[in-house]
Amino acid sequence: MARRETPEINAGSMADIAFLLLIFFLVTTTMDVDAGISRRLPEKTPPNVKPPIIKERNVFQVIVNRNNEILVEGEYTKVDKIKELAIKFIDNGAKKGNPIKLFGETEGTECTWCEGKKDPLSSDHPNKAIIAIKTDRSTDYGTFIAVQNEIGAAYTFLRNRLAKKKYGQTYTDMVKEDLNNKANPSQKLKNRIKEIKAMYPEIITEAESK
Amino acid sequence: MAKFNKKKKGLPPINTASLPDIVFMLLFFFMVATTMRETTVLVGNDLPTATEVKKLSEKRLVSTIYVGPSKDAKKDGGGDKIQLNDKISTVKEVKNFIYKQRDGVALDEQSSMTTLIKADMKSSIGTINDIKKELRDINALKVTYATKIGSEK
Repeated sequence: MARRETPEINAGSMADIAFLLLIFFLVTTTMDVDAGISRRLPEKTPPNVKPPIIKERNVFQVIVNRNNEILVEGEYTKVDKIKELAIKFIDNGAKKGNPIKLFGETEGTECTWCEGKKDPLSSDHPNKAIIAIKTDRSTDYGTFIAVQNEIGAAYTFLRNRLAKKKYGQTYTDMVKEDLNNKANPSQKLKNRIKEIKAMYPEIITEAESK
Repeated sequence: MAKFNKKKKGLPPINTASLPDIVFMLLFFFMVATTMRETTVLVGNDLPTATEVKKLSEKRLVSTIYVGPSKDAKKDGGGDKIQLNDKISTVKEVKNFIYKQRDGVALDEQSSMTTLIKADMKSSIGTINDIKKELRDINALKVTYATKIGSEK
Protein backbone atom coordinates (compact mmCIF):
# COMPACT_ATOMS: atom_id res chain seq x y z
CA MET A 1 0.00 0.00 0.00
CA ALA A 2 1.41 3.29 -1.04
CA ARG A 3 1.80 5.74 1.72
CA ARG A 4 -0.46 8.65 1.39
CA GLU A 5 1.21 12.00 1.70
CA THR A 6 -0.04 14.09 4.56
CA PRO A 7 -1.81 17.08 3.16
CA GLU A 8 -0.22 20.44 3.85
CA ILE A 9 -1.84 22.41 6.62
CA ASN A 10 -3.37 25.56 5.30
CA ALA A 11 -1.58 28.41 7.01
CA GLY A 12 -3.45 31.13 5.22
CA SER A 13 -5.41 32.16 8.27
CA MET A 14 -2.34 32.32 10.49
CA ALA A 15 -1.88 35.97 9.64
CA ASP A 16 -5.47 36.70 10.60
CA ILE A 17 -5.04 35.04 13.97
CA ALA A 18 -1.82 36.90 14.63
CA PHE A 19 -3.42 40.20 13.65
CA LEU A 20 -6.27 39.54 16.02
CA LEU A 21 -3.87 38.95 18.89
CA LEU A 22 -1.84 42.00 17.95
CA ILE A 23 -4.87 44.25 17.96
CA PHE A 24 -5.99 42.82 21.28
CA PHE A 25 -2.65 43.69 22.85
CA LEU A 26 -2.61 47.12 21.28
CA VAL A 27 -5.94 47.92 22.87
CA THR A 28 -5.45 46.49 26.35
CA THR A 29 -1.95 47.67 27.12
CA THR A 30 -0.30 51.01 27.65
CA MET A 31 3.20 52.05 26.88
CA ASP A 32 3.64 55.06 29.15
CA VAL A 33 6.06 54.76 32.02
CA ASP A 34 5.04 56.52 35.20
CA ALA A 35 7.36 59.31 36.12
CA GLY A 36 7.25 62.07 38.64
CA ILE A 37 8.85 64.12 41.36
CA SER A 38 9.67 61.95 44.36
CA ARG A 39 9.44 63.37 47.84
CA ARG A 40 9.49 61.86 51.29
CA LEU A 41 6.79 62.93 53.71
CA PRO A 42 7.85 63.79 57.25
CA GLU A 43 7.14 61.20 59.88
CA LYS A 44 4.24 61.81 62.16
CA THR A 45 5.34 63.52 65.32
CA PRO A 46 3.90 62.76 68.74
CA PRO A 47 1.47 65.51 69.77
CA ASN A 48 3.47 66.95 72.67
CA VAL A 49 6.86 67.25 71.02
CA LYS A 50 8.03 70.78 70.47
CA PRO A 51 9.39 71.44 67.01
CA PRO A 52 13.09 72.29 66.98
CA ILE A 53 14.00 75.96 66.83
CA ILE A 54 15.35 76.91 63.43
CA LYS A 55 17.04 80.17 62.67
CA GLU A 56 15.20 82.26 60.17
CA ARG A 57 18.25 82.73 58.00
CA ASN A 58 18.31 78.98 57.41
CA VAL A 59 14.82 78.91 55.97
CA PHE A 60 14.07 79.73 52.37
CA GLN A 61 10.41 80.49 52.35
CA VAL A 62 8.32 80.08 49.24
CA ILE A 63 4.68 81.01 49.64
CA VAL A 64 2.15 80.26 46.93
CA ASN A 65 -1.18 81.95 47.50
CA ARG A 66 -4.63 81.08 46.22
CA ASN A 67 -4.14 83.14 43.08
CA ASN A 68 -1.04 81.12 42.28
CA GLU A 69 1.24 84.08 42.96
CA ILE A 70 4.62 83.23 44.37
CA LEU A 71 6.38 85.01 47.18
CA VAL A 72 9.99 84.09 47.78
CA GLU A 73 11.37 85.41 51.07
CA GLY A 74 8.58 87.98 51.08
CA GLU A 75 9.06 89.22 47.56
CA TYR A 76 6.85 88.65 44.57
CA THR A 77 8.71 86.37 42.16
CA LYS A 78 8.14 84.60 38.86
CA VAL A 79 8.47 80.81 38.74
CA ASP A 80 11.56 80.83 36.57
CA LYS A 81 13.49 82.99 39.05
CA ILE A 82 13.11 80.53 41.93
CA LYS A 83 15.90 78.24 40.80
CA GLU A 84 18.47 81.03 40.80
CA LEU A 85 17.40 82.30 44.23
CA ALA A 86 17.35 78.79 45.69
CA ILE A 87 20.86 78.06 44.40
CA LYS A 88 22.11 81.28 45.97
CA PHE A 89 20.50 80.35 49.26
CA ILE A 90 21.57 76.70 49.47
CA ASP A 91 25.09 77.35 48.30
CA ASN A 92 25.71 80.25 50.68
CA GLY A 93 27.68 78.31 53.32
CA ALA A 94 28.39 81.10 55.80
CA LYS A 95 29.06 78.99 58.87
CA LYS A 96 29.56 75.48 60.13
CA GLY A 97 26.93 72.89 59.36
CA ASN A 98 25.60 69.79 61.05
CA PRO A 99 28.09 66.93 61.27
CA ILE A 100 27.84 64.62 58.26
CA LYS A 101 27.61 61.05 59.50
CA LEU A 102 28.78 59.58 56.22
CA PHE A 103 32.18 61.20 56.58
CA GLY A 104 32.45 60.20 60.23
CA GLU A 105 32.27 63.76 61.43
CA THR A 106 31.45 64.39 65.05
CA GLU A 107 31.52 68.15 64.75
CA GLY A 108 30.14 70.27 62.00
CA THR A 109 32.59 71.72 59.53
CA GLU A 110 32.42 74.56 57.11
CA CYS A 111 31.16 74.00 53.62
CA THR A 112 34.38 73.90 51.64
CA TRP A 113 32.64 72.97 48.39
CA CYS A 114 30.19 75.86 48.44
CA GLU A 115 30.78 78.69 46.03
CA GLY A 116 28.26 81.10 47.51
CA LYS A 117 28.80 84.57 48.86
CA LYS A 118 29.01 83.49 52.51
CA ASP A 119 26.45 86.12 53.43
CA PRO A 120 25.91 85.98 57.22
CA LEU A 121 22.23 86.78 56.68
CA SER A 122 21.65 83.71 54.52
CA SER A 123 21.96 79.97 55.15
CA ASP A 124 24.77 78.46 57.24
CA HIS A 125 25.39 75.26 55.38
CA PRO A 126 23.65 73.17 52.69
CA ASN A 127 22.65 70.60 55.28
CA LYS A 128 21.09 73.27 57.44
CA ALA A 129 19.33 75.06 54.62
CA ILE A 130 15.63 74.32 54.63
CA ILE A 131 13.30 75.03 51.76
CA ALA A 132 9.80 75.66 53.06
CA ILE A 133 7.02 75.64 50.51
CA LYS A 134 3.84 77.06 51.96
CA THR A 135 0.65 76.71 50.03
CA ASP A 136 -2.93 77.77 50.40
CA ARG A 137 -5.70 75.17 50.31
CA SER A 138 -6.92 76.34 46.95
CA THR A 139 -3.56 76.75 45.29
CA ASP A 140 -3.41 74.97 41.94
CA TYR A 141 -1.55 71.69 42.02
CA GLY A 142 0.17 72.64 38.77
CA THR A 143 1.78 75.70 40.33
CA PHE A 144 2.91 73.68 43.33
CA ILE A 145 4.58 71.16 41.03
CA ALA A 146 6.21 73.96 39.05
CA VAL A 147 7.74 75.31 42.27
CA GLN A 148 8.83 71.84 43.37
CA ASN A 149 10.40 71.34 39.97
CA GLU A 150 12.40 74.56 40.22
CA ILE A 151 13.67 73.64 43.68
CA GLY A 152 14.59 70.19 42.40
CA ALA A 153 16.39 71.80 39.50
CA ALA A 154 18.40 73.95 41.90
CA TYR A 155 19.60 70.90 43.81
CA THR A 156 20.37 69.04 40.61
CA PHE A 157 22.43 71.99 39.39
CA LEU A 158 24.48 72.11 42.59
CA ARG A 159 24.97 68.36 42.71
CA ASN A 160 25.99 68.26 39.07
CA ARG A 161 28.52 71.01 39.60
CA LEU A 162 30.02 69.31 42.63
CA ALA A 163 30.13 65.87 41.00
CA LYS A 164 31.70 67.27 37.86
CA LYS A 165 34.42 68.93 39.88
CA LYS A 166 35.08 65.92 42.09
CA TYR A 167 34.69 63.03 39.70
CA GLY A 168 34.50 64.59 36.25
CA GLN A 169 31.00 63.28 35.70
CA THR A 170 27.69 64.98 36.40
CA TYR A 171 25.42 63.69 39.13
CA THR A 172 22.61 63.07 36.63
CA ASP A 173 24.91 60.86 34.56
CA MET A 174 26.04 59.00 37.65
CA VAL A 175 22.47 58.19 38.63
CA LYS A 176 21.66 57.17 35.08
CA GLU A 177 24.67 54.88 34.94
CA ASP A 178 23.73 53.33 38.25
CA LEU A 179 20.22 52.62 36.96
CA ASN A 180 21.58 51.07 33.80
CA ASN A 181 23.85 48.55 35.48
CA LYS A 182 21.38 47.03 37.83
CA ALA A 183 22.74 43.62 36.88
CA ASN A 184 26.20 44.27 38.28
CA PRO A 185 25.98 47.34 40.49
CA SER A 186 29.18 49.25 41.14
CA GLN A 187 29.65 49.93 44.81
CA LYS A 188 32.07 52.73 44.05
CA LEU A 189 29.49 54.58 42.02
CA LYS A 190 26.83 54.08 44.69
CA ASN A 191 29.15 55.49 47.32
CA ARG A 192 29.89 58.49 45.17
CA ILE A 193 26.19 59.18 44.69
CA LYS A 194 25.63 58.88 48.43
CA GLU A 195 28.47 61.28 49.08
CA ILE A 196 27.14 63.92 46.72
CA LYS A 197 23.69 63.52 48.22
CA ALA A 198 25.08 64.03 51.71
CA MET A 199 26.91 67.17 50.66
CA TYR A 200 23.81 68.73 49.14
CA PRO A 201 20.87 67.08 50.91
CA GLU A 202 17.37 67.96 49.79
CA ILE A 203 15.52 69.39 52.77
CA ILE A 204 12.08 70.47 51.67
CA THR A 205 8.98 70.97 53.78
CA GLU A 206 5.53 71.30 52.32
CA ALA A 207 3.25 73.00 54.78
CA GLU A 208 -0.26 74.28 54.33
CA SER A 209 -0.81 77.75 55.68
CA LYS A 210 -3.59 78.03 58.18
CA MET B 1 7.85 26.30 -29.46
CA ALA B 2 4.60 26.13 -27.64
CA LYS B 3 6.44 26.04 -24.37
CA PHE B 4 7.68 29.56 -24.72
CA ASN B 5 4.33 30.96 -25.60
CA LYS B 6 2.80 30.06 -22.25
CA LYS B 7 2.40 33.64 -21.14
CA LYS B 8 0.28 33.96 -18.04
CA LYS B 9 -2.34 36.57 -17.90
CA GLY B 10 -2.09 39.09 -15.06
CA LEU B 11 0.50 39.26 -12.26
CA PRO B 12 1.39 36.26 -10.12
CA PRO B 13 -0.10 36.45 -6.61
CA ILE B 14 2.12 38.00 -3.97
CA ASN B 15 3.58 35.42 -1.65
CA THR B 16 2.10 36.04 1.80
CA ALA B 17 3.74 33.12 3.54
CA SER B 18 5.93 35.42 5.63
CA LEU B 19 3.10 37.70 6.68
CA PRO B 20 2.30 35.74 9.86
CA ASP B 21 5.96 35.95 10.83
CA ILE B 22 5.98 39.70 10.48
CA VAL B 23 2.78 40.10 12.45
CA PHE B 24 4.00 37.77 15.18
CA MET B 25 7.16 39.78 15.44
CA LEU B 26 5.10 42.93 15.97
CA LEU B 27 2.93 41.10 18.45
CA PHE B 28 5.89 39.99 20.56
CA PHE B 29 7.32 43.48 20.48
CA PHE B 30 4.11 44.91 21.90
CA MET B 31 3.80 42.17 24.49
CA VAL B 32 7.26 42.91 25.81
CA ALA B 33 7.30 46.69 25.57
CA THR B 34 3.91 47.49 27.08
CA THR B 35 2.12 46.83 30.30
CA MET B 36 -1.48 45.89 30.95
CA ARG B 37 -3.88 48.72 31.57
CA GLU B 38 -5.24 48.09 35.00
CA THR B 39 -7.72 50.79 35.76
CA THR B 40 -9.95 53.02 33.75
CA VAL B 41 -9.42 56.57 34.82
CA LEU B 42 -12.68 58.17 35.87
CA VAL B 43 -11.29 61.61 36.60
CA GLY B 44 -9.84 64.25 34.34
CA ASN B 45 -6.12 63.77 34.33
CA ASP B 46 -4.11 66.53 32.77
CA LEU B 47 -0.75 66.08 34.46
CA PRO B 48 1.62 69.02 35.01
CA THR B 49 4.98 68.99 33.27
CA ALA B 50 8.32 68.83 35.05
CA THR B 51 11.93 68.25 34.15
CA GLU B 52 13.40 66.93 37.40
CA VAL B 53 11.63 63.61 37.23
CA LYS B 54 12.41 60.10 38.30
CA LYS B 55 10.97 57.11 36.50
CA LEU B 56 9.19 54.47 38.51
CA SER B 57 10.31 51.09 37.28
CA GLU B 58 8.81 48.63 39.74
CA LYS B 59 5.09 48.71 38.99
CA ARG B 60 4.46 46.13 41.67
CA LEU B 61 5.50 48.51 44.42
CA VAL B 62 3.50 51.48 43.21
CA SER B 63 -0.01 52.30 44.38
CA THR B 64 -1.68 54.93 42.28
CA ILE B 65 -4.15 57.51 43.52
CA TYR B 66 -5.89 59.65 40.92
CA VAL B 67 -7.13 63.13 41.70
CA GLY B 68 -9.09 65.42 39.44
CA PRO B 69 -12.52 66.59 38.39
CA SER B 70 -14.91 63.76 37.56
CA LYS B 71 -15.50 63.01 33.91
CA ASP B 72 -19.10 62.22 34.69
CA ALA B 73 -19.99 65.31 36.67
CA LYS B 74 -23.72 64.55 36.58
CA LYS B 75 -23.20 61.36 38.55
CA ASP B 76 -20.39 62.30 40.90
CA GLY B 77 -20.83 66.04 41.30
CA GLY B 78 -18.22 68.74 40.73
CA GLY B 79 -15.00 69.50 42.50
CA ASP B 80 -11.89 67.37 42.91
CA LYS B 81 -12.49 63.67 43.20
CA ILE B 82 -10.19 60.96 44.45
CA GLN B 83 -10.11 57.70 42.57
CA LEU B 84 -8.85 54.52 44.17
CA ASN B 85 -8.77 51.40 42.01
CA ASP B 86 -11.83 51.62 39.79
CA LYS B 87 -14.12 53.90 41.69
CA ILE B 88 -14.41 57.39 43.08
CA SER B 89 -13.73 57.34 46.80
CA THR B 90 -13.32 59.64 49.75
CA VAL B 91 -10.14 60.62 51.58
CA LYS B 92 -11.02 58.29 54.44
CA GLU B 93 -10.69 55.27 52.19
CA VAL B 94 -7.08 56.04 51.32
CA LYS B 95 -5.79 54.23 54.42
CA ASN B 96 -7.61 51.01 53.61
CA PHE B 97 -6.47 51.24 50.02
CA ILE B 98 -2.83 51.44 51.04
CA TYR B 99 -3.24 48.60 53.55
CA LYS B 100 -4.70 46.45 50.82
CA GLN B 101 -1.81 47.29 48.50
CA ARG B 102 0.64 46.35 51.23
CA ASP B 103 -1.01 42.95 51.66
CA GLY B 104 0.19 41.74 48.30
CA VAL B 105 3.80 42.70 48.85
CA ALA B 106 6.50 40.82 50.74
CA LEU B 107 7.34 42.23 54.15
CA ASP B 108 10.88 43.28 53.32
CA GLU B 109 9.74 45.20 50.26
CA GLN B 110 6.99 47.15 51.96
CA SER B 111 9.35 49.91 52.98
CA SER B 112 10.17 50.65 49.35
CA MET B 113 6.55 50.97 48.31
CA THR B 114 5.65 54.26 46.71
CA THR B 115 2.38 56.10 46.44
CA LEU B 116 1.98 57.76 43.08
CA ILE B 117 -0.33 60.75 43.17
CA LYS B 118 -1.65 61.41 39.69
CA ALA B 119 -3.38 64.71 40.09
CA ASP B 120 -4.85 67.05 37.56
CA MET B 121 -3.04 70.35 37.06
CA LYS B 122 -6.08 72.35 38.09
CA SER B 123 -6.95 70.41 41.22
CA SER B 124 -6.40 72.23 44.48
CA ILE B 125 -3.51 71.44 46.75
CA GLY B 126 -5.88 71.04 49.70
CA THR B 127 -7.12 67.71 48.38
CA ILE B 128 -3.54 66.53 47.92
CA ASN B 129 -2.66 67.66 51.43
CA ASP B 130 -5.59 65.69 52.85
CA ILE B 131 -4.27 62.58 51.12
CA LYS B 132 -0.76 63.28 52.37
CA LYS B 133 -2.07 63.57 55.91
CA GLU B 134 -3.70 60.15 55.62
CA LEU B 135 -0.51 58.67 54.21
CA ARG B 136 1.52 60.11 57.07
CA ASP B 137 -0.86 58.55 59.56
CA ILE B 138 -0.14 55.07 58.28
CA ASN B 139 3.54 55.69 57.65
CA ALA B 140 3.42 55.47 53.87
CA LEU B 141 5.98 58.19 53.46
CA LYS B 142 7.29 57.69 49.95
CA VAL B 143 5.30 59.84 47.61
CA THR B 144 5.72 60.65 43.94
CA TYR B 145 3.84 63.42 42.24
CA ALA B 146 3.18 62.16 38.73
CA THR B 147 4.16 64.52 35.94
CA LYS B 148 4.74 64.51 32.26
CA ILE B 149 8.37 64.61 31.29
CA GLY B 150 9.23 68.02 29.91
CA SER B 151 12.27 68.99 27.95
CA GLU B 152 15.11 71.00 29.46
CA LYS B 153 14.97 74.68 28.90
